[in-house]
Amino acid sequence: MFEHVSPEMLGNIYVGLLGLSVLLYAILDGYDLGVGVLIPPRTEAFRDDMIASIGPYWDANETWLVLAVGLLLIAFPEAHSEVLQTLYLPATFMLLGLILRGVAFDFRAKVVQVNKRKWDLVFKYGSLLTTLAQGYMLGIYVTGLRTDLWAQAFAVLAALGVTAAYAFIGSCWLILKSEGELQQKAYYWAKRGLGILALGIVSVSIANLSLHEEVRDLWLSAPWGVMLFAIPVTCFALLTLCGVLLKKLPHSDGKGEWLPFFIALLVFLLCFTAFAISYYPFIIPGQMMISDALSDASSLRFLLVGVVVVVPVILAYTVMVYKIFSGKSEKLSYY
Amino acid sequence: MDAFLLSRLQFALNISFHILFPTITMAMGWFLFYFKMRSNISGHPVWMRMYRFWVRVFALSFALGVVSGVTMSFQFGTNWPGFMEKVGNVAGPLLGYEVLTAFFLEATFLGIMLFGIRRVPNWLHTTSTLIVALGTTTSAFWILALNSWMQTPQGFEVVDGVVYATNWKEIIFNPSFPYRFVHMMLASGLTASFLIAGLSAYRMLKGDDKLAPKLALKTATYTAAVLIPLQIFAGDMHGLNTLEHQPQKVAAMEGLWETTEGAPLLLFAIPDEEGRENHFEIPIPYAASLILTHELKGEIKGLNEFKGEHPPVAPVFYGFRVMVGMGMLMLAVSWLGSIYLMRNRSFPVWLKRTFAGMAFSGWVATLAGWYVTEIGRQPYLVSGVLKTTDAVTQLPPSNIAISFTLYAVIYSGLLIAYIGTLMLMCRRAVEIEEITTEEREIAKAKMSPNNNPVTV
Repeated sequence: MFEHVSPEMLGNIYVGLLGLSVLLYAILDGYDLGVGVLIPPRTEAFRDDMIASIGPYWDANETWLVLAVGLLLIAFPEAHSEVLQTLYLPATFMLLGLILRGVAFDFRAKVVQVNKRKWDLVFKYGSLLTTLAQGYMLGIYVTGLRTDLWAQAFAVLAALGVTAAYAFIGSCWLILKSEGELQQKAYYWAKRGLGILALGIVSVSIANLSLHEEVRDLWLSAPWGVMLFAIPVTCFALLTLCGVLLKKLPHSDGKGEWLPFFIALLVFLLCFTAFAISYYPFIIPGQMMISDALSDASSLRFLLVGVVVVVPVILAYTVMVYKIFSGKSEKLSYY
Repeated sequence: MDAFLLSRLQFALNISFHILFPTITMAMGWFLFYFKMRSNISGHPVWMRMYRFWVRVFALSFALGVVSGVTMSFQFGTNWPGFMEKVGNVAGPLLGYEVLTAFFLEATFLGIMLFGIRRVPNWLHTTSTLIVALGTTTSAFWILALNSWMQTPQGFEVVDGVVYATNWKEIIFNPSFPYRFVHMMLASGLTASFLIAGLSAYRMLKGDDKLAPKLALKTATYTAAVLIPLQIFAGDMHGLNTLEHQPQKVAAMEGLWETTEGAPLLLFAIPDEEGRENHFEIPIPYAASLILTHELKGEIKGLNEFKGEHPPVAPVFYGFRVMVGMGMLMLAVSWLGSIYLMRNRSFPVWLKRTFAGMAFSGWVATLAGWYVTEIGRQPYLVSGVLKTTDAVTQLPPSNIAISFTLYAVIYSGLLIAYIGTLMLMCRRAVEIEEITTEEREIAKAKMSPNNNPVTV
């Protein structure tokens, strides 16, 4: 099957799938990592409810990372080994963070009270380690895997930016899923996160322009550049709107509580689109093209059958689960 | 230490830690489905109570399996880039199918299974339990297809040093796959059975005289008693298959240096690779030939036929004996337990202690078995196609040393926490109220006049 699909086309399909997985991962695991980062370390209140709000989802959310890394490994093996060997230590730290937060989630519900707080802290700092490592890796990746001082500084900026973005979408999720005091707290977190996120987007965008000449030329050339600027403009309009909403919503009797999360989702989508336009057709910015890294076409065609059949099914049952658990989260009746 | 040794140690550590948890969850998913079906059919609350207790064990084990599994997908690229460069065209799609057809299924429906019982209709909750069980089994299918292909590769061609797939049916259903899949599923069944039986026995030792642990102990003991002879048979068939396709591995398992007609079965020996001989042999004459060729004078090839191409002998030799020894112990204990159960006699304390002590015996046997088959594949990563040394990374050894140390520390901590938490859950279950609030609600809803809660 798919004998007529050319290698170029396969490259585009798989890079598209990779992009979809990364985007879905950033949004989905983004909010649950964000909730983890926001866990208040000193006050006992909120923790149970915050963790209950992500209970049924985090496992499946994390699977998008496995798919993304898997697709990179399967379709672009050279890029996979190049990227991950360069980012070996940050990737290790990210994995350790993911391990710690993933198990802390399950352990906390089953241990005695004194140990519960310890696992809550493991959950928080594991999440933080993960988001920082992911941001750092994204930063180094965008520079084209450079390791000089300027690239390191950019990566540190990206680490903070990604953490802020996750914390922001996490607080928007909490606005959607929680009530009462926790929701008030979530509004407060979202307002603070919004400012930091806006600052982060501006600085990362500007720094980004200094990294690759092609990218600078693309964004600063008429008429393409002008059209492209619609993206950051929309992005900022949305963030401003969100700022207004965050002031008004707490007094709106629960109407429109989904809006901040929806806006956060759109902002993620826009940032991702801008990024994709900047670096296509590279699989490693400025270093390796999609076509140079692509593995054997017939193997990719074989897997494509599964992709075409299974991915829509995955999306369908993911939507189903979100519907089942829609509304305010309940206390985890975790048996 | 060099990058090669460190990478091997790290991979061994990661996969050894990882496999502990899928080995439990693969079969426990089916146990849970069974409990749920019994609950649906009989309506007796004890089955749901068993479901509740074991689904929490399942969730904890599953989480540990997921997070330790994520690291594996990174290590292919970071530590073994040569693997994907050379055989990625075969390994890639098999891994891809595993993620697509199994991982999402398990992770998504697990949410419903754990937290959805009041949000979805009962049939959907039962179906979700079934889907999770199917998902874990599907996952095993794909990863064992890849592992078996690495042992007995076929259905490919090599062009300019790179492997290209020519026939996917041959790749997936390669010669060792059916045996390995059955052997592993049965291993999982035994591991879960002994875990369930062991922890239930532990609960009873701590003074739990409710019905739930008794019933769980009974179910698991009978399951183990049925599975263990099947496993011995499947293991024997797997051994014959290995003799046909990887005779050097069998020679190492048997500690046989010279090709021999009528080879003895060594109950014990200390293989000496330098001197290419064994010390302190305890042989049973002709037994190895009899088992492997079904003839007293059957010829078995010795390690000296494969000089430089055979695995390190000692770990394979010992690993095999640990696995078989554990299997025999499982046979004895599960049959003894079944005899007590069939006579409707309760277990004496020493037998409960034995079961509790064997709660994690499945892990020992499974790990030993995996060491036999994976070390037995060396010096190749993919038999006859790719040597392990040719796949390793050029990363600085210090980086791998750092990551290896961190993994070792965290995994040790998690293993202690895991076992400690399971035991704590058991001790807590002893004191837990016999009827849960939810059951009371259900009972109230039914409003039967003589609403005596069943004491369980």
